[in-house]
Amino acid sequence: MKSLRKFFDNIKPYVEEGGKFHALRSLVDGFETFAFVPNQTSRVGSVNIHDAIDSKRIMSLVVIALMPALLFGMYNVGYQNYAAAGTLANASFWELFGFGFLAVLPKIIVSYVVGLGIEFVVAQWKGEEIQEGFLVSGILIPMIIPVNTPLWMLAIAVAFSVILAKEIFGGTGMNVFNPALVTRAFLFFSYPSVMTGDDNVWVAQSTIFGLGNNLPDTYAAATPLGNAALGQPLADQCAAITGLIPGAIGETSVIAIALGAILLLWTGVASWKTMISVFVGGGLTAALFHATGSSPLTWCDQIVLGGFCFGAVFMATDPVTSARTEGGKYIYGFLIGVVAVMVRVLNPGFPEGMMLAILLMNIFAPLIDYFFVQSNINKRAKRAIK
Amino acid sequence: MSKLFSNENKEVFLNPLNKNNPIAVQVLGICSALAVTSQLEPAIVMGLSVTVITAFSNVIISLLRNTIPNRIRIIVQLVVVAALVTIVSQILKAYVYDVSVALSVYVGLIITNCILMGRLEAFAMQNGPWESFLDGIGNGLGYALILVIVGFVRELLGFGTLFGFQVVPDICYEWGYQNNGMMTMPAMSLIIVGCVIWAHRSINKEEK
Repeated sequence: MKSLRKFFDNIKPYVEEGGKFHALRSLVDGFETFAFVPNQTSRVGSVNIHDAIDSKRIMSLVVIALMPALLFGMYNVGYQNYAAAGTLANASFWELFGFGFLAVLPKIIVSYVVGLGIEFVVAQWKGEEIQEGFLVSGILIPMIIPVNTPLWMLAIAVAFSVILAKEIFGGTGMNVFNPALVTRAFLFFSYPSVMTGDDNVWVAQSTIFGLGNNLPDTYAAATPLGNAALGQPLADQCAAITGLIPGAIGETSVIAIALGAILLLWTGVASWKTMISVFVGGGLTAALFHATGSSPLTWCDQIVLGGFCFGAVFMATDPVTSARTEGGKYIYGFLIGVVAVMVRVLNPGFPEGMMLAILLMNIFAPLIDYFFVQSNINKRAKRAIK
Repeated sequence: MSKLFSNENKEVFLNPLNKNNPIAVQVLGICSALAVTSQLEPAIVMGLSVTVITAFSNVIISLLRNTIPNRIRIIVQLVVVAALVTIVSQILKAYVYDVSVALSVYVGLIITNCILMGRLEAFAMQNGPWESFLDGIGNGLGYALILVIVGFVRELLGFGTLFGFQVVPDICYEWGYQNNGMMTMPAMSLIIVGCVIWAHRSINKEEK
């Protein structure tokens, strides 16, 4: 730790104004504030206190909370490939995990290199401090796409979302939409053949460094949600909870996501109000549709399948794009759940509605906040007039 | 003759092409710019139709400007524009039927294009026929310019073609390249128009 501190102190003169490597200032600054809590304090005479848990520390916490789902996702990528080839019995745990790791790692690297690259360039160009908002988005993005997404598509989508959904609005903390979901939406609408349906999308197809199996081109695996859109009930609820089903990389396992959720709630990073109300809204709507016979899935099936849990825990609770008033969080979350299940059941073209629901409610979050603030103001005004 | 091409008249013609572009600066006529630009050919036809209609309705209104009672001027303008739109739409149907089908209602909707009414109200009602003609041509071409840029980007990336001919070589598709489906949706053309406005503003800022 000390040597790292020394390293940053040593290279600092080079990157300051007029230094040799001034062009790298934001890069060094970004990594330094990531490694060490910055030592700037509030100006003398002000009454502000800086919490040591600044946004970079919060981001790191979310990344840690994502780890169980990511690691399980890697294992599941291997599991699905070996299961599809029928060689599951001969494969060890490490073979499965190693295959998944090698399949997922390039996506994480591409997502970070492209996204952080753009952030560093913008920060340097505007002369601003680098914001690591992308730290979380960069790991969320590979987790919500199918394992077979080509890397060049991912790179384009990440660039699109970082520039047009984030930097244009003013960077981290100013974005209206969740950048990770914008990336997925861009992929979803631009290249539907690799993002949805049951053709060669959800299960890794070819060997990597000798691990895994080559599957025939005609191999197709549908997600349980895709099957549900065709009217089939869920076959194996247990697999849907442990997560051994085809799906986007990080979204399948309810247990792994629950571990992350516990960490986020325990540290207070995510709002329990938003999280609970997403589940309540989704559950009630799903129960209604099941009772009227529109959907073969019961309310718990709807919740454990697809990206519902992942979205509820990691996407809906994004502090930037969700509602900020305490009362507003209930409504915001509830409507996400309602809309997500409605899209799933009522539109057969979209087996999964979580992405669209959260993006839609991102737009309405400021409106919800506005009404809560206004009603508060009115209440107080009445009290004052009395 | 020299008066016809005076500096002032040049300004009238050139201003809407760049500094006072109807789409990029005044943000008028956006709806048709989103609707007809998924391919280059309809975009060009649409741009030319609007140019012709703007130019001639400007001339006609400018000739009539002193005789139109002020209180019913809008309805008179509408009649002139509607007549011209009908003529253009019939010509399109007669000579380029395919494009006219692709443009569908948007040729008829030129009548509601804000650029037209804007030019009639703001320019033709106060200026002579020759200036109005130049103004109409300039604004129409300024509109067409943006349409062509957007249409070019959308057709190239969305279909891999230009004017219906394949430009992206087959080898790219074999290597896994895919056309971007979102480019064919109106939502993306809104984003591209936004990017054009962005580029236009940053270039003009440098000039100042």
